[in-house]
Amino acid sequence: MHLAYPAVLSVLLFCTGLYGVLARRNAILVLMSVELMLNSVNLNLVAFDVWLRDALHSGQALTLFTIAIAAAEIGIGLSIVLMVYRNRGTSDVDRLRDTAEGPDGTPDDPEAAAPAQRTQKAEATA
Amino acid sequence: MILAAQTQGFLSPTGVEIAFLLVGLATLGAAVMTVTTKQLVHAALWLVVALGGLAVEYLLLTAEFIAWVQVLIYVGSVVVLLLFGLMLTRAPIGRSPDADSGNRPVALAVAGTAAAALVWVVVDAFRTQWIDLDGPAQGSTEVTGSILFRHWVLPFEALSVLLLAALVGAIVLSRKRAGNSETDPEGES
Repeated sequence: MHLAYPAVLSVLLFCTGLYGVLARRNAILVLMSVELMLNSVNLNLVAFDVWLRDALHSGQALTLFTIAIAAAEIGIGLSIVLMVYRNRGTSDVDRLRDTAEGPDGTPDDPEAAAPAQRTQKAEATA
Repeated sequence: MILAAQTQGFLSPTGVEIAFLLVGLATLGAAVMTVTTKQLVHAALWLVVALGGLAVEYLLLTAEFIAWVQVLIYVGSVVVLLLFGLMLTRAPIGRSPDADSGNRPVALAVAGTAAAALVWVVVDAFRTQWIDLDGPAQGSTEVTGSILFRHWVLPFEALSVLLLAALVGAIVLSRKRAGNSETDPEGES
C-alpha cells in the first residue's frame, strides 16, 4: 500500500478536528473534535509502525497508550464540563470569560452577567 | 526506492488500496459531518461512524488488536460517555442554531491552510514509499501481547496508575457537594 494514503487521511482528519476545536461552541463538541485529532495521530502511528516493521512495535504500543490516555482525558474533561454546567448553567465555551482580558488589558466580561443571573450563585462578575 | 517504484505501479492501485481509499472517504465524510452538523446528538452518532471507519483502516493495515481495542474503547465507551455528557448538560434535541461560534471563518481558514500545507509536505515526502503488507501480520494479538509485556511493561503499569488517578479524579470532580455553599468542607475529600 502506498504510504501516502494513511498519511494523507490522518492529516485530513487532524485538520477536521482542528476546525471543530476552533469553530464549535459547545464544550462537549470541542471534546469530540479533540477525539478526532487524537485518532488521526493513532492512525499515523499505526501506519508508520507497519511501514518501518519496528522490532519493538513502538507505534502500536504507543497507540494503545494514546487510546488509554484519551479515555482518561475524556472522563476528566466531561466531569469538568459537568461541573462547569452545574455552576454556570451553560456549557458554552464562549461565555466562560471570567479571566479574559480585553485588548487594553482590562477585564473583559460583557456577557458574564447573563449566566450569573440564571444560576443563583454569585459569581465574581463585577 | 526506484526499484520499489518500478515494481509497484503508481496508478494501478491494489485491492487493499482501493478499500482503504473508500473507507477513508467514508471516515472523512463522517468526521466532517461530526464537526459541522447542527444537531448535537447527531454529532456523537457521526463520531461513531468515523471511529468505526478508523477501526476498519487499522484492520486493513494488519493491526487487528488495535482495531478491536478501538472498537471496544472508542465506540463502546467514549461515545457513550459523550452521549451521557450531552444529556446531562441538557443539550437540545434537534437543531441548535448556535452550535458554531462566531470565529467559524477564521477556523475554516486555519484548518484549510494547515491541511493544504501538511498534505503537500506529506505527499512530497512519501511519494516513493510503500508499505509492505505481505508476510505475517504486524499487529496480531500474539505479537502485540508479547511486545507489550516484554518490552513495554513499565509504561503499561504506569498507565494503569494514570487511569486509576483519572478515575478517582473524575469521581471527585463530579460528586455533588453536600451543601449549597461552595466553601463547604464536606464537599472536599
